[in-house]
Amino acid sequence: MAHLSADNISVAFAGLKALSSVTLDIRPGQISGLIGPNGAGKTTLVNVLTGFQMPTEGSVNLDGKPLTNLKPHQVRRLGIARTFQGGRLFRDLAVIDNLEVTGVGLGMSRRAAVAEAEAMLDWIGISALGGRAAGTLPYTDERRVAIGRALMGRPAFILLDEPAAGMSAQEATDLSSLVKRIARDLGCGVLIIEHNVGLVLGLCDHIVVLDSGAVIEEGTPTEIRQSEKVRHAYMGTAADTALPVAEVLL
Amino acid sequence: MLQIVFDSLSLGSLYALGALGIALIFGVMRLVNFAHGDVIAFSIFALLWPSTDAMAIVFAGQLPWYLLIPFVLLVGAGLSVLCEIVVFRRFRRANPATMMIASFALGFVIRYFLLMLFTSRPKSISLLPMLSQPVEIFGARLPLLQLITIIATVIILIGLTLFLRRTRFGLEMRAAAENFSMARMLGIRANRVIMGAFALSGALAGAIAMIFGSQTGTVDIQMGASIMLMAFIATVIGGLGSLAGAVLAGFLLGAASVIMQVVLPVDARPFRDAFVYGAVILVLLFRPQGLIAARGTKERV
Repeated sequence: MAHLSADNISVAFAGLKALSSVTLDIRPGQISGLIGPNGAGKTTLVNVLTGFQMPTEGSVNLDGKPLTNLKPHQVRRLGIARTFQGGRLFRDLAVIDNLEVTGVGLGMSRRAAVAEAEAMLDWIGISALGGRAAGTLPYTDERRVAIGRALMGRPAFILLDEPAAGMSAQEATDLSSLVKRIARDLGCGVLIIEHNVGLVLGLCDHIVVLDSGAVIEEGTPTEIRQSEKVRHAYMGTAADTALPVAEVLL
Repeated sequence: MLQIVFDSLSLGSLYALGALGIALIFGVMRLVNFAHGDVIAFSIFALLWPSTDAMAIVFAGQLPWYLLIPFVLLVGAGLSVLCEIVVFRRFRRANPATMMIASFALGFVIRYFLLMLFTSRPKSISLLPMLSQPVEIFGARLPLLQLITIIATVIILIGLTLFLRRTRFGLEMRAAAENFSMARMLGIRANRVIMGAFALSGALAGAIAMIFGSQTGTVDIQMGASIMLMAFIATVIGGLGSLAGAVLAGFLLGAASVIMQVVLPVDARPFRDAFVYGAVILVLLFRPQGLIAARGTKERV
């Protein structure tokens, strides 16, 4: 069974440790969450997993084979896709072109890329947006298009970097159900970075908590909810804080 | 009146095609290619035997038009791609200022190469002489060439638009022009896209050379420089990197030049260009991002 793992990853920027000995597993059909305060190293970890950042130590493995020296587009071709904070679509291109150019970049013929782009927009439920310039889309649609773009070529793994940032409660719920469908119906292994901890607790099968570049806790949502360490990281105060953890995390 | 419209359109065509050539390359690699003007000059000089005479000895110019035009376009495209492979490829990671200076240097190399073979004397040539006959349209007498210039430009613009919208390569190029690093991450082959942009840009230079050479009946090794300057200004006014903006601004500049030539008092006419540049400054004061701002997104990876 396909299996993506980060093993003992450390990253140092000019002597500053962004990640230290982080280990993480992503499995098909499973939704993993990555949470932690600002600057904890969440995006850096996704960058390492997708070839955007070389780790100083450790390795990224797909089914036991190392990916560490591959370039982003090579990693993408092996079936590990990602989204970026804020979507980062080609704003002057139509929505359908954004997906199509991704397919073409993956080596599909133009005809195949168009067909898959149309099927993907339809699957997400945004076929009506196909002809619009991506730059004119409202925020939430932009995110959904970015996810559609990442799903081109049916990757085995998809890494979502803050897909719900700035969304309303209703929009975040819609996003959650889309992410669930990606895991259940497409069988993708999903890693989701989110500041909206409530969303992560409700959505994920497994959660990893990063703080200052290190994993401080991992487990099921229930375990994370009860963790003292997680409360610490989020509050930055003594354990006897007056606020119950549930209020912080939800 | 109609005469002014046609003059504006035909001068604007040159500027628009020049601006497009610069914007295409700027779009994919953030390079302001000052060698573009010299590629224009080179494309037309490729038709001549090296000589120091004032009357140019045309060798390829005797070709029938359906061979002559592709020949000049190919020379432009070929030289432009050669510039990319030999020079600009090595500056891929350099900052834009370094690349710009490299392009200046490259321009001088091309110009002095021409100087060596042809001297700096302007040469008279007659390309496609049948085009200088006048035609009458809506009561205005125009050189046929002017009409053809405008039609050719429109065809080139439509062709380029279709190419960018309808072909796989065009799609890759549009994506790369907007966000080159993202396009690369998605697996778009950078070298191919950049070489394509240089080839298109060079072919446009060839087209300008043909038009300019036939219009003026003379060629000299400086001929690219004046068009290049206006074309560069057009790309800036249009919003650097925006193709539609470059074309629009090219036509506007052409119109501004022609209209000022007509409306300025006789004594002020020698200073026409000063007025045109003054207008440029005004435009930039009010729209520093250009008429049609290109969307460059900030990276955060």
